[in-house]
Amino acid sequence: MMTTPLLSLQGLTKEYPGVVANSDVTFDIGEGEVHALLGENGAGKSTLVKMIYGLVRPNAGTMRWRGEAYEPHAPAQARASGVAMVFQHFSLFDAMDVAENVALGMDNPPPIRELAAKITEVSNNYGLPLDPDRMVGDLSAGERQRVEIIRCLLQDPQLLIMDEPTSVLTPQEVDILFRTLRQLRAEGKSILYISHKLEEIRALCENATVLRLGKVVGKADPRQESARSLAEMMVGQVLHQPSREAAAPGKTLLEVTNLSLPPQSAFGTSLKEINITVRAGEILGIGGVAGNGQDELLGALSGEMRSAREAVRMAGEPVGHIGPTARRALGLLCAPEERLGHAAAPDMSLSENALLTGAYRERLVKRGFVNWGKTRKFAERVIETFDVRTPGAHVAARALSGGNLQKFVIGREIMQRPSVLVVNQPTWGVDASAAAAIRQALLDLAAAGAAVVVISQDLDEILEVADSFAALNAGRLSAPRPVQGLTMDQIGLLLGGAEGDSDAAA
Amino acid sequence: MLRLEKRPNPSQFWNYATPVVAVLLTMVAGGILFWVLGKNPFEAIKLIFWDPLFSEQFAAYSRPQLLIKAGPLILIAVGLAIGFRAGIWNIGAEGQYIIGALCAAQMALWFYPAELWIVFPLMILAGAFGGWLWAMIPAVLKTRFNTNEILVSLLLVYVAEKILAAAATGFMRNPEGSGFPGSRNIFNYSAASNQELIANSGLHWGVVAAFIAVIFAYVLLHRHLLGFHVQLAGQAPRAAKFAGVAPARLVLLCLGISGLMAGLAGMFEVAGPARLITIDFNSGYGFTAIIVAFLGRLHPIGIVLAGLLLALTYIGGELAQFMLNLPSAAIQVFQGMLLFFLLALDVLSNYRLRLMRPAPVTAPAPKPSTESV
Repeated sequence: MMTTPLLSLQGLTKEYPGVVANSDVTFDIGEGEVHALLGENGAGKSTLVKMIYGLVRPNAGTMRWRGEAYEPHAPAQARASGVAMVFQHFSLFDAMDVAENVALGMDNPPPIRELAAKITEVSNNYGLPLDPDRMVGDLSAGERQRVEIIRCLLQDPQLLIMDEPTSVLTPQEVDILFRTLRQLRAEGKSILYISHKLEEIRALCENATVLRLGKVVGKADPRQESARSLAEMMVGQVLHQPSREAAAPGKTLLEVTNLSLPPQSAFGTSLKEINITVRAGEILGIGGVAGNGQDELLGALSGEMRSAREAVRMAGEPVGHIGPTARRALGLLCAPEERLGHAAAPDMSLSENALLTGAYRERLVKRGFVNWGKTRKFAERVIETFDVRTPGAHVAARALSGGNLQKFVIGREIMQRPSVLVVNQPTWGVDASAAAAIRQALLDLAAAGAAVVVISQDLDEILEVADSFAALNAGRLSAPRPVQGLTMDQIGLLLGGAEGDSDAAA
Repeated sequence: MLRLEKRPNPSQFWNYATPVVAVLLTMVAGGILFWVLGKNPFEAIKLIFWDPLFSEQFAAYSRPQLLIKAGPLILIAVGLAIGFRAGIWNIGAEGQYIIGALCAAQMALWFYPAELWIVFPLMILAGAFGGWLWAMIPAVLKTRFNTNEILVSLLLVYVAEKILAAAATGFMRNPEGSGFPGSRNIFNYSAASNQELIANSGLHWGVVAAFIAVIFAYVLLHRHLLGFHVQLAGQAPRAAKFAGVAPARLVLLCLGISGLMAGLAGMFEVAGPARLITIDFNSGYGFTAIIVAFLGRLHPIGIVLAGLLLALTYIGGELAQFMLNLPSAAIQVFQGMLLFFLLALDVLSNYRLRLMRPAPVTAPAPKPSTESV
C-alpha cells in the first residue's frame, strides 16, 4: 500500500546566474520520518531547504504537501502549512529574555505571560528545560538552540528542518537533543536533518538523500551504511583520512602565563589566569561551549587585545604588549572563527583579503606600496593549494560559500609558514571532505615543526588532530591532558568546569 | 510587488550608473520644484546646466568660474573621501576651511607690506596647519573620550563662523578700511596674491593643489597599504583590527588629512577669488564638498567630475537667481536633492530589484492543531 508522503519534491531546480544550485532534485519525506540531507558545502542543501521554507522560489519543479500543491512564497506561508526551521546560525537578541525572543519569531504571538507558561510547558514536555525569564545573552549555545527549537515547536509543526544542529553542543547536550527528536518522531512528526556528522545521521535517521553539485546522487538507509561509505557517496571519491606521523616535540614556541583580561563587551567573557605551553610539532586542542572565552583567547593571542608584556611569549620572547602586525612578523598567525567581518572583509576581493594578513610576511608591500600583481598571485596560490572553489581571486569574499571561505582563510595563514598557528573553529560549517583537508593541513603544519592551537567546539575534531586537550570554561582553562586515553565522559566533565581530583584538592 | 535581493557581488554597473541617474532624477524633481515656484522648468534647468558653459551671453564670464568654484570643492572633497572610506565622518570641513583661511590671512597680514617670495609658501603652510588643527579637535576628542566626530566637527563650524565674524569686525579689520568690516585686500598684496596662472581660465594655485590632491589620494587609496587599511576599517572594522590597524591612529590620520585639505582650500580662496576676509567669507564649499565626495563615489577621479558638476550648479544657480528671480535657497535644495537621490539609489549597487507577482494563496490552509503535545 502506498501512503501519501508528507512532502514530495519533484524535479526541483534553482539556477542563479552562472550557478545551478539545484538540478532536478526529487525525493519524499514520509510522515514520522527523520530524513537526512547530506552533501558537501556548495552541494545545494541550503538552497533546497530555503525553497521548502519559502525563502527562495524554484525555477522548475513542484512540491506537494500531503498530495496537494505546495508553493510557499514566504516563510510565513511555509509555517502556516506546518514547516518550521531551526537555522544553523541563531537569530536571537542578547538583550532580551527568552519569552520575548520567542515572541519576536512568531506570526501571532500571544500575551507574553501566556507565552512564558507555554514555553515552560513545552520545554518540559520535550526534555529541554528552559526558563522563559532568562536573558538570552546569559545562555549557553546549547540553551540558545533550545530557544530556537521551542520557538518552532510552539507552532506545532509537522515538518521540522534542522540545519547542522549539533555543531555547537556538548556531547551531553547532543544526547538531550536526540531524545527530543526521537520523541517528536514518535509523535508522528517528520524531521529533515542536515548535518555533516555522519555518525549522528546513522544514529538518528532512517533515510538519507545525498546531494552533490546540486543533484541527487544517492539515497541510502544510513543505518545500513558505514560513516565512511556515506562520506564517499557525498564526495564522490574515496575519502582521505587525516593521518599523522608522530614527531618528537621540540622546543616551546608559545607560552602563555597567568593571562587575565577583562571582558571587552557587555556580553563578553573575561579571561582568568590562562596558562598554555605549546611546543614545536605539538597540537593543543581547546574545547568548550561557545561563549566561554574562545573569541577573547584568540584575540589575546593574535594581538587584537594587548596584555602584560610577559603574559604571552613567542619562542621565549615577550609579545603580550605588541600588536597583530608585529606578532605576525615573529611568526604567530591566527585564524578567527567569524569568517565574514573578522577573518575576511566581506565586500573585498580574495586578493584584498590575502593582503589583509599577508602584507608583510609574503612581502606584498614594498615601502608601503602594495604590489597588486604579487598579491593576486599569492591569493591564487591559496585558492589552488586549498582547493577553494571560486571563479578567481577577484571575487568578493561574501560570494563564497562558508566552507570555501574557511579554506581560503585557513590556507592564507598556513601558506605564510607560521611557527605558531592559532585557529578558532577551523571547520565550522565545513563539509566532510573540506574539513578533512583542513585537519590534514593542520597536522602537516605541526609535523613540519609548528606549534598549533586548535580552539574548537567539535570534540571529534579535537580528538582527531590534537595531542593534548584543555577545556575552556567561563574564561578559565583547565590543565591540559594528553588526548590518548581520554573518554567522552571525562571530556564532558572538563567542559562543565570540573577539574581532576588533584586540582580539587589543591 | 518590488523586492530587494542582495547581490552576491556588488554591481560595478550600478556603482557607476547611480550618479548619472541621480543627476537625471534631480533634474526632473528640480524641474517640478521650479514649476511649482511658477518658473518655466525647462528654461531653469537649461540656465543651470547649459548656459554657463555654452550661452554666448554668459559663457565668457561663467566658464572661468567653473574652475574657480570646482577647485576648492575638489580639494575638500578628496580629503573628506579618504575619511569617509574609513567610516570617519568629518562633517565640519566648512569650519576647517574658515580657520585655514584665517591662519593664512593672518600670516599675510604679519608680513604686509613686505614683498618677500616666502610669504605665499608660508601662507600655504599656515592654511594647512589651521585646517589640520581645527580637525584635530574632533579627532582627539574621539580617540580620548569616544565622542561622536560628526557632532563635534559640525558644531565647530559654528564656532569657526563666530571667530570669522570676530576677525572681520575686530582683530583682522583693515585699519585703512574706514571702519567697514573686512580685512586688508590680500589679493592686491602681490607677495600673497593667488593670481590666475592663465588669464581668463580660472586656473589658480588652488586648482593645481586640487589636482595634486587627486593624484595623491588615488595613489594612497589604490596603491598604498595605508589606503587599503583605510578602506578595510570602513568596511569591516573587526577585520581591520585583526589586520593590525590601530583605529585611533586612523582617526587622527583621516581627520588630519581632510582638515588639512580644507584649510588649504580656504587659504587659496582668501588669497584669490575671495580677496579678503569678510563676515560671510565662507560660501558653503565645506558642506557641498560632502555631496561632491559621495557623488564622485569617494573615488578621486569621480570627485573631479562631481566637483565640476556641482561647481556648475553654483554658477547656474546664481544665473537662475538673477535671470528668473529664483530664491537662493532653491539651488541649495537642488544640491540637497542630488545627495538624497544618490544615497537612495546606492541601494542598487548592493541589491537588485526583483519584480514579484503578488503571491496567490496556493498553499494548503493551516491545519487545525493536534492536541497531542
